[in-house]
Amino acid sequence: MKKMTRYVMADILRNRIVIAYMLFLMVISFSIFSLEDNTSKGLLSLLNIVLLIVPLVSLIFSTIYVYNSAEFIELLVSQPVKRKVIWTSLFCGLAVALCLAFIVGVGIPVLIYAPGVTGWIMMACGCLLSAVFVSLALWGAVKIRDKAKGIGLAIMIWLLFTLLFDGLILWLLFQFADYPIENGMVAVISLNPVDLCRIFMLLFLDMSALMGYTGAVFKQFFGSVLGMIVSCMIMVLWVIIPFLLSLRIFNRKDL
Amino acid sequence: MITVDAVSKSFGKLKALDNISITCRSGECIALTGPNGSGKTTLIKSILGMIVPDSGKILVNGEDVAGGWKYREGIGYMPQIGRYPDNMTIGQVLDMIKDMRQTPAARLDEELIRAFKIPSLLHKRMGTLSGGTRQKVSACLAFLFQPDVLILDEPTAGLDPVSTEILKEKIVRETDKGKLILITSHVLSDLEELVSEVIYMQDGKLCFHKQIERLLSDTKEERLGRAIAKVMSGI
Repeated sequence: MKKMTRYVMADILRNRIVIAYMLFLMVISFSIFSLEDNTSKGLLSLLNIVLLIVPLVSLIFSTIYVYNSAEFIELLVSQPVKRKVIWTSLFCGLAVALCLAFIVGVGIPVLIYAPGVTGWIMMACGCLLSAVFVSLALWGAVKIRDKAKGIGLAIMIWLLFTLLFDGLILWLLFQFADYPIENGMVAVISLNPVDLCRIFMLLFLDMSALMGYTGAVFKQFFGSVLGMIVSCMIMVLWVIIPFLLSLRIFNRKDL
Repeated sequence: MITVDAVSKSFGKLKALDNISITCRSGECIALTGPNGSGKTTLIKSILGMIVPDSGKILVNGEDVAGGWKYREGIGYMPQIGRYPDNMTIGQVLDMIKDMRQTPAARLDEELIRAFKIPSLLHKRMGTLSGGTRQKVSACLAFLFQPDVLILDEPTAGLDPVSTEILKEKIVRETDKGKLILITSHVLSDLEELVSEVIYMQDGKLCFHKQIERLLSDTKEERLGRAIAKVMSGI
Protein backbone atom coordinates (compact mmCIF):
# COMPACT_ATOMS: atom_id res chain seq x y z
CA MET A 1 0.00 0.00 0.00
CA LYS A 2 2.86 2.36 0.80
CA LYS A 3 4.13 1.91 -2.74
CA MET A 4 0.83 2.82 -4.29
CA THR A 5 0.42 5.86 -2.06
CA ARG A 6 3.84 6.97 -3.20
CA TYR A 7 2.90 6.61 -6.85
CA VAL A 8 -0.36 8.50 -6.43
CA MET A 9 1.43 11.24 -4.48
CA ALA A 10 4.19 11.58 -7.04
CA ASP A 11 1.54 11.95 -9.72
CA ILE A 12 -0.37 14.62 -7.79
CA LEU A 13 2.68 16.61 -6.74
CA ARG A 14 3.68 16.93 -10.38
CA ASN A 15 0.24 18.30 -11.20
CA ARG A 16 0.28 21.98 -12.10
CA ILE A 17 -2.81 22.80 -10.07
CA VAL A 18 -1.23 21.66 -6.82
CA ILE A 19 1.87 23.70 -7.56
CA ALA A 20 -0.29 26.71 -8.41
CA TYR A 21 -2.23 26.20 -5.16
CA MET A 22 1.02 26.12 -3.20
CA LEU A 23 2.35 29.27 -4.88
CA PHE A 24 -0.99 31.02 -4.40
CA LEU A 25 -0.99 30.27 -0.66
CA MET A 26 2.60 31.45 -0.45
CA VAL A 27 1.96 34.74 -2.26
CA ILE A 28 -1.10 35.46 -0.12
CA SER A 29 0.70 34.65 3.14
CA PHE A 30 3.75 36.75 2.28
CA SER A 31 1.65 39.70 1.15
CA ILE A 32 -0.56 39.63 4.24
CA PHE A 33 2.41 39.48 6.58
CA SER A 34 4.21 42.30 4.79
CA LEU A 35 1.07 44.48 4.90
CA GLU A 36 0.36 43.91 8.61
CA ASP A 37 2.77 44.99 11.31
CA ASN A 38 0.94 43.07 13.98
CA THR A 39 1.64 39.37 13.40
CA SER A 40 -1.41 38.38 15.40
CA LYS A 41 -3.65 40.41 13.12
CA GLY A 42 -1.77 39.03 10.13
CA LEU A 43 -2.44 35.48 11.26
CA LEU A 44 -6.11 36.34 11.71
CA SER A 45 -6.43 37.71 8.18
CA LEU A 46 -4.56 34.71 6.83
CA LEU A 47 -6.83 32.39 8.81
CA ASN A 48 -9.94 33.81 7.19
CA ILE A 49 -8.51 33.20 3.73
CA VAL A 50 -7.18 29.76 4.58
CA LEU A 51 -10.56 28.69 5.96
CA LEU A 52 -12.16 29.52 2.61
CA ILE A 53 -9.45 28.36 0.21
CA VAL A 54 -8.28 25.10 1.76
CA PRO A 55 -11.72 23.40 1.81
CA LEU A 56 -12.50 24.68 -1.68
CA VAL A 57 -9.29 23.47 -3.30
CA SER A 58 -9.23 20.17 -1.40
CA LEU A 59 -12.80 19.39 -2.40
CA ILE A 60 -12.73 20.43 -6.04
CA PHE A 61 -9.25 19.14 -6.82
CA SER A 62 -9.85 15.74 -5.18
CA THR A 63 -13.22 15.34 -6.87
CA ILE A 64 -11.80 16.11 -10.31
CA TYR A 65 -8.78 13.93 -9.66
CA VAL A 66 -10.94 10.92 -8.77
CA TYR A 67 -13.09 11.36 -11.88
CA ASN A 68 -10.07 11.81 -14.12
CA SER A 69 -8.35 8.72 -12.78
CA ALA A 70 -11.39 6.50 -13.38
CA GLU A 71 -9.56 4.52 -16.08
CA PHE A 72 -6.42 4.32 -13.99
CA ILE A 73 -8.45 2.96 -11.08
CA GLU A 74 -9.86 0.42 -13.53
CA LEU A 75 -6.34 -0.62 -14.48
CA LEU A 76 -5.42 -1.04 -10.82
CA VAL A 77 -8.59 -3.00 -10.08
CA SER A 78 -7.64 -5.46 -12.85
CA GLN A 79 -4.33 -6.08 -11.05
CA PRO A 80 -4.06 -8.47 -8.12
CA VAL A 81 -4.67 -5.78 -5.52
CA LYS A 82 -7.50 -5.43 -3.02
CA ARG A 83 -9.92 -2.63 -3.74
CA LYS A 84 -9.52 -1.43 -0.16
CA VAL A 85 -5.81 -0.88 -0.75
CA ILE A 86 -6.43 1.10 -3.95
CA TRP A 87 -8.95 3.43 -2.35
CA THR A 88 -6.92 3.95 0.81
CA SER A 89 -3.82 4.75 -1.23
CA LEU A 90 -5.80 7.23 -3.29
CA PHE A 91 -7.01 8.95 -0.13
CA CYS A 92 -3.57 8.98 1.51
CA GLY A 93 -1.91 10.23 -1.66
CA LEU A 94 -4.38 13.10 -2.08
CA ALA A 95 -4.39 14.07 1.60
CA VAL A 96 -0.62 13.97 1.99
CA ALA A 97 0.01 15.87 -1.25
CA LEU A 98 -2.46 18.64 -0.38
CA CYS A 99 -1.10 18.86 3.19
CA LEU A 100 2.42 19.19 1.81
CA ALA A 101 1.31 21.98 -0.51
CA PHE A 102 -0.32 23.72 2.45
CA ILE A 103 2.67 23.26 4.73
CA VAL A 104 5.04 24.68 2.14
CA GLY A 105 2.70 27.45 1.01
CA VAL A 106 1.56 28.71 4.39
CA GLY A 107 4.10 27.14 6.72
CA ILE A 108 7.20 28.88 5.40
CA PRO A 109 5.79 32.44 5.63
CA VAL A 110 4.28 31.70 9.05
CA LEU A 111 7.58 30.33 10.33
CA ILE A 112 9.37 33.43 9.06
CA TYR A 113 6.93 36.11 10.25
CA ALA A 114 5.00 34.57 13.12
CA PRO A 115 6.83 31.63 14.61
CA GLY A 116 5.27 30.14 17.74
CA VAL A 117 2.49 27.93 19.03
CA THR A 118 -0.25 29.78 17.14
CA GLY A 119 1.57 29.22 13.86
CA TRP A 120 1.88 25.51 14.54
CA ILE A 121 -1.78 25.26 15.51
CA MET A 122 -2.67 26.91 12.23
CA MET A 123 -0.62 24.40 10.25
CA ALA A 124 -2.23 21.50 12.11
CA CYS A 125 -5.69 22.97 11.45
CA GLY A 126 -4.91 23.43 7.76
CA CYS A 127 -3.69 19.85 7.39
CA LEU A 128 -6.68 18.41 9.23
CA LEU A 129 -9.04 20.52 7.13
CA SER A 130 -7.35 19.30 3.93
CA ALA A 131 -7.80 15.69 5.05
CA VAL A 132 -11.45 16.24 6.05
CA PHE A 133 -12.36 17.72 2.70
CA VAL A 134 -10.41 15.16 0.68
CA SER A 135 -12.38 12.53 2.54
CA LEU A 136 -15.69 14.29 1.81
CA ALA A 137 -14.69 14.71 -1.84
CA LEU A 138 -13.95 10.99 -2.19
CA TRP A 139 -17.35 10.20 -0.74
CA GLY A 140 -19.09 12.51 -3.19
CA ALA A 141 -17.07 11.30 -6.18
CA VAL A 142 -17.66 7.61 -5.52
CA LYS A 143 -21.37 8.11 -4.86
CA ILE A 144 -22.12 10.04 -8.04
CA ARG A 145 -21.19 8.67 -11.44
CA ASP A 146 -21.64 11.87 -13.42
CA LYS A 147 -18.66 14.20 -13.28
CA ALA A 148 -20.61 17.45 -13.56
CA LYS A 149 -23.01 16.44 -10.81
CA GLY A 150 -20.11 15.29 -8.66
CA ILE A 151 -18.37 18.64 -8.95
CA GLY A 152 -21.71 20.31 -8.21
CA LEU A 153 -22.00 18.28 -5.03
CA ALA A 154 -18.46 19.26 -4.05
CA ILE A 155 -19.35 22.94 -4.45
CA MET A 156 -22.53 22.41 -2.41
CA ILE A 157 -20.52 20.78 0.39
CA TRP A 158 -18.14 23.73 0.36
CA LEU A 159 -21.02 26.26 0.47
CA LEU A 160 -22.66 24.32 3.26
CA PHE A 161 -19.66 24.32 5.54
CA THR A 162 -18.29 27.77 4.81
CA LEU A 163 -21.48 29.84 4.38
CA LEU A 164 -24.78 28.07 4.94
CA PHE A 165 -23.79 26.50 8.23
CA ASP A 166 -22.93 29.89 9.73
CA GLY A 167 -26.24 31.24 8.49
CA LEU A 168 -28.03 28.37 10.17
CA ILE A 169 -26.21 29.06 13.42
CA LEU A 170 -27.10 32.72 13.26
CA TRP A 171 -30.73 31.80 12.67
CA LEU A 172 -30.65 29.45 15.66
CA LEU A 173 -29.08 32.16 17.79
CA PHE A 174 -31.87 34.59 16.97
CA GLN A 175 -34.61 32.02 17.41
CA PHE A 176 -33.41 31.00 20.84
CA ALA A 177 -31.99 34.36 21.89
CA ASP A 178 -34.03 34.27 25.12
CA TYR A 179 -32.65 30.93 26.26
CA PRO A 180 -29.23 29.97 27.62
CA ILE A 181 -28.03 28.01 24.60
CA GLU A 182 -24.29 28.60 24.83
CA ASN A 183 -23.56 24.96 25.67
CA GLY A 184 -25.81 23.79 22.88
CA MET A 185 -23.96 26.13 20.54
CA VAL A 186 -20.69 24.40 21.34
CA ALA A 187 -22.23 21.08 20.36
CA VAL A 188 -23.73 22.44 17.12
CA ILE A 189 -20.56 24.21 16.09
CA SER A 190 -18.54 21.05 16.62
CA LEU A 191 -20.48 19.61 13.71
CA ASN A 192 -18.68 21.93 11.31
CA PRO A 193 -14.96 21.26 10.83
CA VAL A 194 -14.37 24.76 9.44
CA ASP A 195 -15.91 26.46 12.48
CA LEU A 196 -14.05 24.15 14.78
CA CYS A 197 -10.76 25.29 13.27
CA ARG A 198 -11.83 28.93 13.37
CA ILE A 199 -12.74 28.84 17.06
CA PHE A 200 -9.60 26.99 17.89
CA MET A 201 -7.43 29.60 16.21
CA LEU A 202 -9.39 32.53 17.69
CA LEU A 203 -8.86 31.14 21.16
CA PHE A 204 -5.15 30.88 20.61
CA LEU A 205 -5.03 34.39 19.18
CA ASP A 206 -6.89 35.60 22.31
CA MET A 207 -9.64 37.08 20.22
CA SER A 208 -12.36 35.25 22.14
CA ALA A 209 -13.00 38.38 24.21
CA LEU A 210 -14.53 39.87 21.07
CA MET A 211 -17.17 37.17 21.03
CA GLY A 212 -18.72 38.22 24.36
CA TYR A 213 -20.39 35.71 26.61
CA THR A 214 -20.43 32.99 23.95
CA GLY A 215 -16.69 33.48 23.61
CA ALA A 216 -16.27 32.90 27.32
CA VAL A 217 -18.21 29.63 27.11
CA PHE A 218 -16.09 28.58 24.14
CA LYS A 219 -12.94 29.46 26.00
CA GLN A 220 -14.12 27.44 28.97
CA PHE A 221 -14.83 24.40 26.82
CA PHE A 222 -12.29 24.50 23.99
CA GLY A 223 -9.60 25.96 26.22
CA SER A 224 -9.73 23.01 28.58
CA VAL A 225 -7.74 19.86 27.96
CA LEU A 226 -10.92 17.81 27.64
CA GLY A 227 -12.34 20.28 25.13
CA MET A 228 -9.19 20.10 23.03
CA ILE A 229 -9.15 16.34 23.03
CA VAL A 230 -12.85 16.19 22.16
CA SER A 231 -12.51 18.69 19.32
CA CYS A 232 -9.45 16.92 17.93
CA MET A 233 -11.37 13.65 18.04
CA ILE A 234 -14.30 15.24 16.23
CA MET A 235 -11.93 16.46 13.49
CA VAL A 236 -10.47 12.98 13.15
CA LEU A 237 -13.98 11.53 12.97
CA TRP A 238 -14.71 14.00 10.17
CA VAL A 239 -11.80 12.44 8.29
CA ILE A 240 -12.58 8.81 9.06
CA ILE A 241 -16.37 8.58 8.72
CA PRO A 242 -16.79 9.96 5.16
CA PHE A 243 -13.77 7.92 4.10
CA LEU A 244 -15.18 4.67 5.49
CA LEU A 245 -18.53 5.40 3.84
CA SER A 246 -16.80 5.99 0.51
CA LEU A 247 -14.74 2.81 0.93
CA ARG A 248 -17.92 0.80 1.50
CA ILE A 249 -19.43 2.12 -1.70
CA PHE A 250 -16.21 1.67 -3.69
CA ASN A 251 -15.88 -1.97 -2.62
CA ARG A 252 -19.21 -2.80 -4.28
CA LYS A 253 -19.06 -0.39 -7.18
CA ASP A 254 -19.23 -1.38 -10.84
CA LEU A 255 -16.33 0.20 -12.66
CA MET B 1 -9.75 -21.97 -17.04
CA ILE B 2 -12.83 -19.80 -16.62
CA THR B 3 -16.28 -21.00 -15.62
CA VAL B 4 -19.17 -18.58 -15.85
CA ASP B 5 -22.31 -20.01 -14.29
CA ALA B 6 -25.74 -18.42 -14.86
CA VAL B 7 -24.50 -14.84 -14.50
CA SER B 8 -26.94 -11.96 -14.86
CA LYS B 9 -26.40 -8.26 -14.57
CA SER B 10 -28.71 -5.32 -15.19
CA PHE B 11 -27.96 -1.63 -15.36
CA GLY B 12 -31.29 -0.10 -14.46
CA LYS B 13 -33.79 -1.46 -17.00
CA LEU B 14 -31.10 -2.65 -19.39
CA LYS B 15 -30.19 -6.31 -19.08
CA ALA B 16 -26.48 -6.33 -19.91
CA LEU B 17 -25.99 -10.01 -19.12
CA ASP B 18 -28.90 -12.41 -19.17
CA ASN B 19 -28.24 -15.78 -17.56
CA ILE B 20 -24.89 -16.41 -19.25
CA SER B 21 -23.06 -19.72 -18.76
CA ILE B 22 -19.70 -20.36 -20.45
CA THR B 23 -16.79 -22.68 -19.86
CA CYS B 24 -13.39 -21.75 -21.30
CA ARG B 25 -10.53 -24.22 -21.17
CA SER B 26 -6.79 -23.59 -21.31
CA GLY B 27 -5.10 -23.79 -24.70
CA GLU B 28 -8.04 -22.19 -26.44
CA CYS B 29 -8.13 -18.84 -28.16
CA ILE B 30 -11.70 -17.66 -27.95
CA ALA B 31 -13.31 -14.81 -29.85
CA LEU B 32 -16.07 -13.04 -27.99
CA THR B 33 -18.09 -11.19 -30.59
CA GLY B 34 -21.42 -9.52 -31.00
CA PRO B 35 -22.88 -6.16 -31.98
CA ASN B 36 -22.13 -3.01 -29.97
CA GLY B 37 -23.79 -3.10 -26.60
CA SER B 38 -24.26 -6.86 -26.58
CA GLY B 39 -22.58 -7.26 -23.19
CA LYS B 40 -19.07 -8.35 -24.24
CA THR B 41 -17.22 -5.84 -22.14
CA THR B 42 -19.61 -6.32 -19.22
CA LEU B 43 -18.85 -10.06 -19.27
CA ILE B 44 -15.10 -9.42 -19.34
CA LYS B 45 -15.33 -6.90 -16.54
CA SER B 46 -17.36 -9.35 -14.46
CA ILE B 47 -14.60 -11.92 -14.89
CA LEU B 48 -12.05 -9.33 -13.77
CA GLY B 49 -14.17 -8.40 -10.75
CA MET B 50 -14.68 -4.84 -11.95
CA ILE B 51 -18.42 -5.38 -12.18
CA VAL B 52 -20.31 -7.26 -9.52
CA PRO B 53 -22.96 -9.51 -11.14
CA ASP B 54 -26.50 -9.51 -9.72
CA SER B 55 -26.61 -13.29 -9.63
CA GLY B 56 -24.56 -16.29 -10.73
CA LYS B 57 -21.02 -17.35 -10.07
CA ILE B 58 -17.68 -16.94 -11.86
CA LEU B 59 -14.67 -19.17 -11.20
CA VAL B 60 -11.18 -18.41 -12.53
CA ASN B 61 -8.71 -21.26 -12.07
CA GLY B 62 -11.05 -22.60 -9.40
CA GLU B 63 -11.17 -19.42 -7.34
CA ASP B 64 -14.43 -17.54 -6.87
CA VAL B 65 -14.24 -14.06 -8.35
CA ALA B 66 -16.65 -12.52 -5.82
CA GLY B 67 -14.59 -10.96 -3.05
CA GLY B 68 -11.37 -12.56 -4.32
CA TRP B 69 -8.37 -10.68 -5.66
CA LYS B 70 -5.51 -13.22 -5.69
CA TYR B 71 -6.84 -14.91 -8.83
CA ARG B 72 -6.00 -11.78 -10.84
CA GLU B 73 -2.31 -12.72 -10.59
CA GLY B 74 -3.14 -15.26 -13.29
CA ILE B 75 -4.88 -12.79 -15.59
CA GLY B 76 -3.43 -10.30 -18.04
CA TYR B 77 -5.94 -7.68 -19.13
CA MET B 78 -5.74 -5.28 -22.01
CA PRO B 79 -8.57 -2.73 -21.76
CA GLN B 80 -10.47 -1.24 -24.67
CA ILE B 81 -9.30 2.28 -23.83
CA GLY B 82 -6.14 2.29 -21.73
CA ARG B 83 -5.83 5.53 -19.83
CA TYR B 84 -3.05 6.17 -17.39
CA PRO B 85 -2.08 9.08 -15.13
CA ASP B 86 -1.04 11.85 -17.52
CA ASN B 87 1.97 12.89 -15.48
CA MET B 88 3.63 9.49 -15.33
CA THR B 89 6.10 8.35 -17.97
CA ILE B 90 5.82 4.98 -19.69
CA GLY B 91 8.78 3.75 -17.66
CA GLN B 92 7.13 4.74 -14.41
CA VAL B 93 3.87 3.01 -15.31
CA LEU B 94 5.71 -0.20 -16.20
CA ASP B 95 7.77 -0.02 -13.02
CA MET B 96 4.71 0.66 -10.92
CA ILE B 97 2.80 -2.38 -12.17
CA LYS B 98 5.92 -4.55 -11.88
CA ASP B 99 6.37 -3.27 -8.35
CA MET B 100 2.79 -4.13 -7.53
CA ARG B 101 2.88 -7.61 -9.00
CA GLN B 102 6.19 -8.53 -7.39
CA THR B 103 7.05 -11.00 -10.15
CA PRO B 104 10.76 -11.91 -10.25
CA ALA B 105 12.53 -10.24 -13.19
CA ALA B 106 13.45 -13.60 -14.71
CA ARG B 107 9.78 -14.50 -15.13
CA LEU B 108 8.87 -11.31 -16.98
CA ASP B 109 8.02 -11.57 -20.66
CA GLU B 110 9.45 -8.46 -22.28
CA GLU B 111 9.15 -9.68 -25.84
CA LEU B 112 6.37 -7.24 -26.77
CA ILE B 113 8.14 -4.33 -25.10
CA ARG B 114 11.08 -4.91 -27.40
CA ALA B 115 8.95 -5.63 -30.47
CA PHE B 116 7.00 -2.40 -30.02
CA LYS B 117 10.27 -0.47 -29.44
CA ILE B 118 9.00 0.80 -26.09
CA PRO B 119 12.49 1.22 -24.52
CA SER B 120 13.12 4.31 -26.71
CA LEU B 121 9.88 5.88 -25.43
CA LEU B 122 10.31 5.15 -21.71
CA HIS B 123 10.78 8.80 -20.75
CA LYS B 124 7.63 10.00 -22.54
CA ARG B 125 4.70 11.14 -20.42
CA MET B 126 1.49 9.16 -20.81
CA GLY B 127 -0.46 12.36 -21.41
CA THR B 128 1.46 13.10 -24.62
CA LEU B 129 1.02 9.64 -26.17
CA SER B 130 -1.21 8.83 -29.11
CA GLY B 131 -4.04 6.33 -28.72
CA GLY B 132 -2.07 3.66 -30.56
CA THR B 133 1.00 3.99 -28.36
CA ARG B 134 -1.19 3.68 -25.29
CA GLN B 135 -2.68 0.51 -26.74
CA LYS B 136 0.87 -0.80 -27.13
CA VAL B 137 1.62 -0.04 -23.49
CA SER B 138 -1.61 -1.81 -22.47
CA ALA B 139 -0.63 -4.83 -24.56
CA CYS B 140 2.86 -4.94 -23.02
CA LEU B 141 1.37 -4.83 -19.53
CA ALA B 142 -1.08 -7.63 -20.31
CA PHE B 143 1.62 -10.01 -21.55
CA LEU B 144 4.41 -8.92 -19.20
CA PHE B 145 3.69 -11.25 -16.30
CA GLN B 146 3.15 -14.48 -18.25
CA PRO B 147 -0.40 -14.98 -16.99
CA ASP B 148 -2.34 -18.21 -17.65
CA VAL B 149 -5.34 -16.27 -18.85
CA LEU B 150 -5.21 -13.31 -21.24
CA ILE B 151 -8.21 -11.08 -21.72
CA LEU B 152 -7.90 -8.66 -24.61
CA ASP B 153 -10.67 -6.13 -25.18
CA GLU B 154 -10.57 -4.83 -28.78
CA PRO B 155 -6.79 -5.34 -28.93
CA THR B 156 -6.26 -4.21 -32.50
CA ALA B 157 -8.41 -1.06 -32.41
CA GLY B 158 -6.08 1.89 -32.91
CA LEU B 159 -2.96 -0.13 -33.72
CA ASP B 160 -1.11 0.34 -37.00
CA PRO B 161 -0.88 -2.68 -39.37
CA VAL B 162 2.71 -3.55 -38.37
CA SER B 163 1.92 -3.54 -34.67
CA THR B 164 -1.29 -5.47 -35.26
CA GLU B 165 0.76 -8.22 -36.92
CA ILE B 166 3.26 -8.26 -34.05
CA LEU B 167 0.41 -8.58 -31.54
CA LYS B 168 -1.31 -11.32 -33.56
CA GLU B 169 1.88 -13.36 -33.76
CA LYS B 170 2.32 -12.99 -30.04
CA ILE B 171 -1.25 -14.17 -29.43
CA VAL B 172 -0.67 -17.25 -31.59
CA ARG B 173 2.55 -18.10 -29.71
CA GLU B 174 0.86 -17.73 -26.33
CA THR B 175 -2.05 -19.94 -27.41
CA ASP B 176 0.43 -22.60 -28.45
CA LYS B 177 1.95 -22.45 -24.96
CA GLY B 178 -1.39 -23.65 -23.63
CA LYS B 179 -2.76 -20.39 -22.34
CA LEU B 180 -6.38 -19.35 -22.41
CA ILE B 181 -6.92 -16.26 -24.51
CA LEU B 182 -10.21 -14.38 -24.67
CA ILE B 183 -10.47 -11.69 -27.35
CA THR B 184 -13.38 -9.38 -27.93
CA SER B 185 -13.66 -7.67 -31.24
CA HIS B 186 -16.20 -6.98 -33.88
CA VAL B 187 -13.54 -6.80 -36.56
CA LEU B 188 -13.96 -10.44 -37.52
CA SER B 189 -11.33 -10.50 -40.26
CA ASP B 190 -8.71 -9.72 -37.61
CA LEU B 191 -9.70 -12.70 -35.51
CA GLU B 192 -10.07 -15.32 -38.18
CA GLU B 193 -6.48 -16.58 -38.18
CA LEU B 194 -6.17 -16.58 -34.41
CA VAL B 195 -9.18 -18.11 -32.79
CA SER B 196 -10.25 -21.68 -32.26
CA GLU B 197 -13.68 -21.00 -30.76
CA VAL B 198 -16.32 -18.32 -31.19
CA ILE B 199 -18.75 -17.03 -28.60
CA TYR B 200 -21.48 -14.86 -30.03
CA MET B 201 -23.56 -12.63 -27.80
CA GLN B 202 -26.54 -10.42 -28.54
CA ASP B 203 -28.59 -8.25 -26.17
CA GLY B 204 -26.89 -9.81 -23.18
CA LYS B 205 -27.75 -13.36 -24.24
CA LEU B 206 -25.40 -16.09 -25.36
CA CYS B 207 -26.32 -17.02 -28.94
CA PHE B 208 -23.76 -19.75 -29.53
CA HIS B 209 -20.38 -21.05 -28.40
CA LYS B 210 -18.83 -23.20 -31.10
CA GLN B 211 -15.51 -24.32 -32.42
CA ILE B 212 -14.63 -22.38 -35.53
CA GLU B 213 -14.46 -25.43 -37.84
CA ARG B 214 -17.90 -26.54 -36.73
CA LEU B 215 -19.29 -23.08 -37.24
CA LEU B 216 -17.88 -22.96 -40.77
CA SER B 217 -19.09 -26.46 -41.66
CA ASP B 218 -22.53 -25.89 -40.14
CA THR B 219 -23.01 -22.77 -42.19
CA LYS B 220 -21.14 -24.04 -45.26
CA GLU B 221 -19.18 -20.79 -45.42
CA GLU B 222 -15.45 -20.23 -45.72
CA ARG B 223 -15.08 -16.94 -43.97
CA LEU B 224 -15.91 -16.24 -40.33
CA GLY B 225 -17.66 -12.96 -41.06
CA ARG B 226 -20.06 -14.49 -43.55
CA ALA B 227 -20.66 -17.52 -41.34
CA ILE B 228 -21.71 -15.31 -38.46
CA ALA B 229 -23.84 -13.14 -40.72
CA LYS B 230 -25.59 -16.30 -41.89
CA VAL B 231 -26.19 -17.56 -38.38
CA MET B 232 -27.51 -14.17 -37.32
CA SER B 233 -29.96 -13.92 -40.20
CA GLY B 234 -31.23 -17.35 -39.20
CA ILE B 235 -31.94 -16.39 -35.59
